[in-house]
Amino acid sequence: MKITVDEEKCCGAGSCVLAAPEVFDQRDEDGVVVLLDAEPAEGLHAAVREAADVCPAAAIALSEQA
Amino acid sequence: MSTPAGVLVVGASAAGLATAEALRRKGYRGALTVLGDEPHVPYDRPPLSKQVLAGQWEPERAHVRSGDALERLDARLLLGDAAVSLDVAARTVRSASGRDLTADAVVVATGVRPRVLPGQAGLRGVHVLRSLDDALALRVRLLGARRLVVAGDGVLGAEVAATARGLGVEVVLAGPQSAPMEAQLGPLASGLLAELHGEHGVDVRPGVAVEGLASADGRVTGVRLTTGDVLDADVVVVALGAVPNTDWLENSGLMLENGVVCDSRCSAADGIYAVGDVARWQHHGLGGLVRLENRTNATEQAAAVAANILGADLPYAPVPHFWTDQFAARVQVHGVLPADAQVDVVEGDIASRRFAAVYERDGRAVGVLGWNMPKQARLLRQRHLVEPRAAAVDS
Ligand SMILES: Cc1cc2nc3c(=O)[nH]c(=O)nc-3n(C[C@H](O)[C@H](O)[C@H](O)COP(=O)(O)OP(=O)(O)OC[C@H]3O[C@@H](n4cnc5c(N)ncnc54)[C@H](O)[C@@H]3O)c2cc1C
Ligand code: SF4
Repeated sequence: MKITVDEEKCCGAGSCVLAAPEVFDQRDEDGVVVLLDAEPAEGLHAAVREAADVCPAAAIALSEQA
Repeated sequence: MSTPAGVLVVGASAAGLATAEALRRKGYRGALTVLGDEPHVPYDRPPLSKQVLAGQWEPERAHVRSGDALERLDARLLLGDAAVSLDVAARTVRSASGRDLTADAVVVATGVRPRVLPGQAGLRGVHVLRSLDDALALRVRLLGARRLVVAGDGVLGAEVAATARGLGVEVVLAGPQSAPMEAQLGPLASGLLAELHGEHGVDVRPGVAVEGLASADGRVTGVRLTTGDVLDADVVVVALGAVPNTDWLENSGLMLENGVVCDSRCSAADGIYAVGDVARWQHHGLGGLVRLENRTNATEQAAAVAANILGADLPYAPVPHFWTDQFAARVQVHGVLPADAQVDVVEGDIASRRFAAVYERDGRAVGVLGWNMPKQARLLRQRHLVEPRAAAVDS
């Protein structure tokens, strides 16, 4: 799994951090998403999928190649 | 309930698409149909009053998902066709084009539409803002406008006023509250917002009740107030709230009362669910029927509904959240901010317009506000609002 984020779309909701705190954080100054791990381990995939789906700005995209 | 053989989602926007996605994410492999009346693939509405209206984004940028991601969802996406009736017992939806769609579970995700003023239909120069087409039409109009009056001082009205001002239009923001978004933000933050609009040259008219429109030769000339005064305008945006799209359910037997009334599982009848702006459900934590019109709820409620369709039997009791961007302010609200709450600024300070505050009532936290401090607000939410607390949120 490979994650990409669109910083310009991010509205700073933090829903991604609530869903997958191991993978996402937010910048202190403006709340924009920070990707901690662009290719997270298998065990985190479910949480990451949830984070991408619940992001209210559709700022997180996943590609699922091995 | 066992795994349904088929799921039909009515409404192909944020909440409808999110329900389909959540079903797949949770392992549902059965037939999935999403029926939507708009011709467009699912797009997000928050950018419509911001980046799209401002002309910063091409409309495609607001699409919720790429074509690839929609493909991978493996759902039948039926666009440009409206649901016209629902047979609850048979779980069959009839569409305008004459389709009969039957499924084990039916999800109502038809959202809301703008409330309009008497005499508004067909009048040139009057706009609402809900759909992508609305946003593009309004943008064209604003580019040639002299003076815009925004009727309505809620979230949408305030955002439109800010964006239009950024386009160089003269803007009047008129509404009944003592400051824009007072109902959502409480006195402190709505006062700050009024200040911000004023500094940017928006003519904020608080405490003004709009009665109707003034017109000549089929074209709007202004907004009529209950006092008899007229605010002169060549463009008017009516932003006076929204009504749930439940007309098509009128004869279904479902309880309709400012939305589709649901139990704590977001279920309106056996195998029938509602999600997003159209759903009014029993919120355990907040104690009563709640209908939320915000983007975060669309996806969170979708996840809850998907789980319940697959047999989870879980109550949905979220901490409400919304954000708004106006001028240089990015505001985040978690929970609720009642007018009589005690406000405690715990990070930053109001003077520098970067702060986060906790709102308490009866000694308990009920809400968090972040003003240009999204991360801090989210952290405060995690610290103080794990359980949503009762406060008047329903209209
Ligand atoms: C301009 C604007 C700006 C916003 N900004 C913010 C923001 O900054 N922050 C925030 O939190 N929220 C914001 N919101 C609110 C957020 O966009 C909504 O909460 C969200 O779109 C709700 O999603 P939904 O899918 O429930 O409803 P909708 O998005 O309304 O989708 C319902 C869909 O169902 C379709 N439909 C209706 N009737 C039928 C029928 N009979 N048959 C088939 N289809 C039908 C509709 O055409 C529509 O496509 C904004 C909303 C608007 C309009
Ligand atoms: S959930 Fe989406 S909008 Fe919110 S911080 Fe994460 S990426 Fe940004």
